Amino acid sequence: MNKQCLVTSVIVAALAAGSGYLYARRQAAPAPTTAAESTAATLAHVQGGAAAHLSSLPGTGGSHGSVITVKDGDSIQDAVARAKPGDTVQILPGTYRQTVYIDKDDIALVGVIRGADWPTFDGEGKRNDAVLYSGNGVRVENLKIVNFKGNAIMGQAGNNFVIRHNWIANAGVYGIFPEFAQNGLIEYNVLTGIEDAAIYVGMSDNIHVAHNEVYGNVAGIEIENSRHAVVEHNLATDNAAGILTFVTPGLPIKTTFDVIIRNNFVVANNHKNFAAVGSIVSGAPSGSGIIIMAAADVIVENNMIRDNKNAGIIVSDHKSFANITPDPETDPNPERIQVLHNLFANNGYEPMKEIRALMAVNLTREGPDLVGVGGGAGSCIADRDSLKILGVVTSWGVCTRTSTADVTNYLLDKPAPPREISTGERGKLIYSSVCAGCHAYNVRMIGPPTQILQVMYAANPQGIADYIAAPVKKRDDFPAMPPQAHLSPELRLAVAQYMLSVNQPKPAPAAP
Amino acid sequence: MWRRLRAASMLAAAALPATAGAFALSHQCPPSFENREGHCRLQTVYQRYTSLNDAGVGGLKTGLPPVRDGFTPEQIDLGRYLFFDPALSRTGKVACASCHRPSRGFADDRPGVGVTGTAERRKAPSLWNVAFLRRFFWDGRAHSLEEQLKGPLYGAQEMGNRPARLLTTLNGMTAYRALFAEAFTDTGGGIRSDHVYQALAAFESSLISLNSRYDLYAHGVADALSPPEVEGLNVFRSFVARCAECHTPPLFTNQQIAVIGMPEPKGRPFDPGAGAISGEPTLRGGFKVPSLRNVALTAPYGHAGQFATLRDTVAFYTGGRGHAVPSGEKLQLHWHIWEPKLSAGELDRLVDFLDALTDESFRPTAPTGVPSGLPIPN
Repeated sequence: MNKQCLVTSVIVAALAAGSGYLYARRQAAPAPTTAAESTAATLAHVQGGAAAHLSSLPGTGGSHGSVITVKDGDSIQDAVARAKPGDTVQILPGTYRQTVYIDKDDIALVGVIRGADWPTFDGEGKRNDAVLYSGNGVRVENLKIVNFKGNAIMGQAGNNFVIRHNWIANAGVYGIFPEFAQNGLIEYNVLTGIEDAAIYVGMSDNIHVAHNEVYGNVAGIEIENSRHAVVEHNLATDNAAGILTFVTPGLPIKTTFDVIIRNNFVVANNHKNFAAVGSIVSGAPSGSGIIIMAAADVIVENNMIRDNKNAGIIVSDHKSFANITPDPETDPNPERIQVLHNLFANNGYEPMKEIRALMAVNLTREGPDLVGVGGGAGSCIADRDSLKILGVVTSWGVCTRTSTADVTNYLLDKPAPPREISTGERGKLIYSSVCAGCHAYNVRMIGPPTQILQVMYAANPQGIADYIAAPVKKRDDFPAMPPQAHLSPELRLAVAQYMLSVNQPKPAPAAP
Repeated sequence: MWRRLRAASMLAAAALPATAGAFALSHQCPPSFENREGHCRLQTVYQRYTSLNDAGVGGLKTGLPPVRDGFTPEQIDLGRYLFFDPALSRTGKVACASCHRPSRGFADDRPGVGVTGTAERRKAPSLWNVAFLRRFFWDGRAHSLEEQLKGPLYGAQEMGNRPARLLTTLNGMTAYRALFAEAFTDTGGGIRSDHVYQALAAFESSLISLNSRYDLYAHGVADALSPPEVEGLNVFRSFVARCAECHTPPLFTNQQIAVIGMPEPKGRPFDPGAGAISGEPTLRGGFKVPSLRNVALTAPYGHAGQFATLRDTVAFYTGGRGHAVPSGEKLQLHWHIWEPKLSAGELDRLVDFLDALTDESFRPTAPTGVPSGLPIPN
């Protein structure tokens, strides 16, 4: 496909003709929550608020610990540093010119909104990210985030997350970007002015994206190299492209499948594509409602898809898309795409030249509701006779499935398991992966052999645990041991206990 | 403080006496391996973490990709002798260790030490943590260590040997015949090539570096990194610099091929990299994303060693998309190569952070002598 941007005047006209109610909504959105003066009220509001049906994603943080309150002028990072798993960092209204990172589990970062006053992260156009996290069970709510270069909220391998009711504007390349995550909920956020995808789910599993409003971005919502995702009840308007689900080649996780896109408003996504040169979404043609590229088992149901000037839905393989470097380890084709009943109106009135060429071949002057290009198999369409279809879609069969009502969401029943491991097990691993570098069982290495230490400290693991916290040089012929005070007392004891229990097997014969 | 401790333990490692006895094989698994019924199995805290789709990429507490382990202690130790023995080369002067220098992160810092004395087109990459890799060489053309190591062994400019000649050499040495017989059960018909390859692969797979200060931070020790290093980590993982998108923890590589448009050294022709292997035009100029573990030790940087320092290397990424692509070359640059506009301070912090990935506490000792009796190249 072509990456050219279409003429601006067309966009302006389309917007003017488009959606008055959207503008009205936008000015008010997100509706400020009621003033919450007390901690209890705030938490009660957050827990029991508008998102009640999905509010208690299992395993997310901040609901059982203490509350650390941060006010204008304070460092949020200091509060995060003090917080223990389960704690909530409560952020009062004010302007926070900070980047916050959360590298521990079960922490909630929750803003307090008083009337129209939000706690606002301001990147001033020079900071990279507002919130970075890698912990499991992180919750980020009620924050206004503006003027960052990279992301508003970015997670790397943080499972069981909730990102809810944030107001994000001009916050860089992505607005909300969980990556390498399992089990997460993104809901009731409003995002605009993002150079790539406003909500970008990358290389993740079991994600729910609901009730968000995304407008004025290059891409509204993108599900990329991810599996088991539901995108529902969102409003995507005035983006260059509304909702996308891709397999992007060259990434270490190679598939996208089991994605449901339903009950969304995908309206007048005709914004100029202002993505960075060379980015994948710079190849997304302006005026596209939904784009499915090389993904499998995607179901599109009951969306309102209208006024998208290029096409309502585009289904593409890698070869037909701009800027794509093939990857022999990925399937380049869309497979088993199911377009069930949706509402289409006034799509494809100003299509890109490749689509115009397809129209010419098919002797039609009507732009498409649904167009497919490239390979793939097993795709279907529910009501083909009422749609303007083009390309390979004309050979699709009729869907046997009529609804996705059987899938409430793809979130996990139980949280993705914690990554902390038992103290005893960790003691063994630390012995093997750290201590054994210097203490072999019965051979002199850098430190005395474990066998000798077992004699010295027989039945006295605490002696070892205490010694390794602050070692003193004991023997002329061995170097001083580096202190291990960074390990907790429990962990030091576990290591010591394991060390005393080690009994290396006898040398075994060489194996084939 | 951590820096000093690590230095102390390295000094201690250097002072280690050689393995007892002339050319006896160790029955001890290397550090970070547990001896289970005669086979060495990796032990690391990372093994108790998971990774999405078992891909071994993610964030701080993310599991590793599948590891190549299970060699015997004897095979690993035999591999160590072979690795340092110049008898493996045509001239008897070049060992694996000549280019994969242990003191330089098992990478090379001086082109032209091969048998012909001419500089190789590409720099020898680090061998730390190769047990987790599934693509080898800068262009990713080999898929196992055994396949890879034949490249330098028999490469005309590198060790210059031939398979038959190598076996004649080794079978002609009493010491090696005895050592191979101890490490393998099936050497009755003499030492075979696959024995040599497996022993070298066993030794290389034992080079584990997962105990850096970064790792302590990842496991939850918040003050293991200094404030500037944490700042560097945050630049590293931000979507502005985007380092972590390809240099993904925990190995700091996603093992993919990327076209990023690094310059060649002055006067050298353009290297098509993976494009020359696959014939796929969009991979022209593509190279395997290298791991950054121990990267502070492995200067110079880039596939051809074109950058002298880490600071120069990180500055490349903020020099403008395609700024070093020669005129006339049309490369399909990776989408993460863009205009991040990193400040000088941010580049400095990135280097600070990369320094925190250093851990050579389990660097094996070089033998004091090798079975061929040849001098070990330094």
